[in-house]
Amino acid sequence: MTTTAARPAAKPHAPQPRSAFMDYLTTTDHKKIGVMYLYFSFFAFLVGGVLALLVRAQLTQADGAVFSDADTYNQLFTMHATSMLFFFIIPIWAGFGNYIVPLQIGALDMAFPRINALSFWLLPAGFITVFAGYLTGGGPAEAGWTEYPTITTGHYAGANGHGTDLWIVGILLVGISSLLGAINFLVTVFKMRAPGMTMFRMPMFTWNIIVTSMLSTLALPVLTSALIMLFIDRNYGGSFFDPALGGNAVLYQNLFWFYSHPAVYIMILPAFGLVSEVLPVFSRKPLFGYKAFVLATAGIGALGFSVWAHHMFTTGAVLLPFFSFMTALIAVPTGVKFFNWIATMFNGKITFETPMLWCLGFLSMFLIGGINGMFSAQPPIDYAIHDTYWIVAHIHYVLFGGSVFGVYGAFYFWYPKITGRFLSEKIGKIQFWMTFVGFNLAFFPMHILGLAGMPRRIASYAADPQWELLNQVSTVGAFLIGISTLPFLYNVAVSLRGGKQASADPWRANSLEWATSSPPPVHNFDSLPPIRSERPVFDARLDREAQARLKTGPGGAAPAGAS
Amino acid sequence: MTTATTEEIAVGGRPEGMSMPLLGMVLFIASEVMFFGGLFAAYFNIRAQAPEWPPAGLEHLHASVPGFFTVLLLLSSVTMQMAVFAIRRGNVRALTRWTAITIVLGVVFLCGQVYDYSTLDFTIRDGVYGSTFYTLTGFHGAHVFGGVMYLVIVLIRSMTGQFTARHHAAVEGASMYWHFVDVVWVALFLTLYVLK
Repeated sequence: MTTTAARPAAKPHAPQPRSAFMDYLTTTDHKKIGVMYLYFSFFAFLVGGVLALLVRAQLTQADGAVFSDADTYNQLFTMHATSMLFFFIIPIWAGFGNYIVPLQIGALDMAFPRINALSFWLLPAGFITVFAGYLTGGGPAEAGWTEYPTITTGHYAGANGHGTDLWIVGILLVGISSLLGAINFLVTVFKMRAPGMTMFRMPMFTWNIIVTSMLSTLALPVLTSALIMLFIDRNYGGSFFDPALGGNAVLYQNLFWFYSHPAVYIMILPAFGLVSEVLPVFSRKPLFGYKAFVLATAGIGALGFSVWAHHMFTTGAVLLPFFSFMTALIAVPTGVKFFNWIATMFNGKITFETPMLWCLGFLSMFLIGGINGMFSAQPPIDYAIHDTYWIVAHIHYVLFGGSVFGVYGAFYFWYPKITGRFLSEKIGKIQFWMTFVGFNLAFFPMHILGLAGMPRRIASYAADPQWELLNQVSTVGAFLIGISTLPFLYNVAVSLRGGKQASADPWRANSLEWATSSPPPVHNFDSLPPIRSERPVFDARLDREAQARLKTGPGGAAPAGAS
Repeated sequence: MTTATTEEIAVGGRPEGMSMPLLGMVLFIASEVMFFGGLFAAYFNIRAQAPEWPPAGLEHLHASVPGFFTVLLLLSSVTMQMAVFAIRRGNVRALTRWTAITIVLGVVFLCGQVYDYSTLDFTIRDGVYGSTFYTLTGFHGAHVFGGVMYLVIVLIRSMTGQFTARHHAAVEGASMYWHFVDVVWVALFLTLYVLK
């Protein structure tokens, strides 16, 4: 006979009351992680914005008297671009993707929730590492966000400090974050779609996140290899990029742009997706040419791997006709998208809520960015405008006029879903017009400056009254953009408590994230509507309204517009 | 109107095809291919523009000793696959045994790498030849080390009975990763030691 002590009664599993802080610190919920991404990335946007304003302050006068030390100026524009590209635009789309993609495909969470949390937490780690450069004697990285050797391999004293090493390590951390996030998105979309959600019924935002993730998975490791070689050159006496010892400085540029050109699509494609979500909703029409859209997106992704050397035309070390041709070819799928966007709005019942305003701003500004990019794609023209302010104008029309307008559009569109309340339309419109005017004031003059030959990345310039005037206009515009973030921050803060309450489907939209409550429950969905097209929520609403009409009978109330 | 309930959504994932962890591993390996692609691209770019390779004063690497360790590493791919076959039949003891043998072979390979380094008369500081050689083999070695760590975890989980014929995604993933690391080594060995 054996005697055993009575098994202790299982304690009822009481949910431990945790502080909101601990809750977010330890969460693996894709929605909370997504919100943390949004907070962090917007913080990086503000940091990068302040750095940009300091850059603009310096350029107000030709003699560049604000920061007499050119190194300080170099650090400013380097850290501005680093913060904006690596810590704002790329991760903020990962943030929206995190929140929205599982909802759009009817999944409960991301495929690997703990890896998802790791992806997020690597971001602040990378940010702190990169910005820790300010604590070192030599200051942070200052060779531009491209960190080209031989500037960064000891041939230029300014980049000898450990700031550049910290930059490399920080960007490697962000790279791991981005790679893990991309794999997570791909597995989520391939394996966790709800019953009925076939690939060709997925919302366009999800499609764009897929192509973006493919680009990250395949292109980012090449940047990792380049940065590691740069680190070895700088710290362990390697000579990959040192021509004096048999290395090749242009090799770094090839490897760097093999990632960083697709990275431009990583920054813009999710904005394309957002626009493709918003335009049908506020035009009250289905998206024109859904399959063409999917193919165009995939086409941009595929072509993105064969255009990188258009950043290097003037090195004389790349095949100009090939890369010029491939770059021009990108205009074809992009043109398909523009055609489809315009056709989506054509004859629609267009209303101008704030998300729609941002998307229309996106269409007009990104078009300019695409056209001025086509000039740079032609080698004869590029030889004249390479590394002038024309390029600065181009990148800002694409990344601010494109991506950032898309980001604001996404905030206004999905804020009701995330918080259950609307952002104020009135403040939103004020903010839009401030940003729109400020943006064009800041960046349009740069076209003229570039054609006049003003080089980029210089702390002072020739004392030409016209150049000075154009730079001052640009600075005024930049500060207007800076001020325009204040109404947005106020709007976000106030609407969190006092905003108009939003129903599950406040915009009468199409995709599955609108099938659940606002904000969604922890498990995302209590039930899903049947998914028989790429607009399941529209189908369900149509069905519901048809049923209601049947009940009221022929003599009943006039039917509400169903579309 | 028919609606899917929470339970249906929960099981509504797509069981057909590859499991989620394996798909994640395949994508991770795809990214690793591109990482080594970057390193190989650098190697061939630098080698192609060098006036002579290896540079004057250095003789071509001897392939015999590393060749022996290459055979050992290839053998470890076989033992790893035996481990997978074992657990697919539900044989946990054989899984433990084959995993342990694979770990030993991996560690022997790493020791061989260290021995090989000790016999070379150039360092990472000696021009592009040294930089490329030590970076490529070093990063491969780091991947073997990572693979050994992964296999140690698989071994511990195997010994504590966490794998069954149905549930052993980690073993399948480890085996995929291990084969990948082996293939990279074959490419590296042929490029660095054999190609003249």
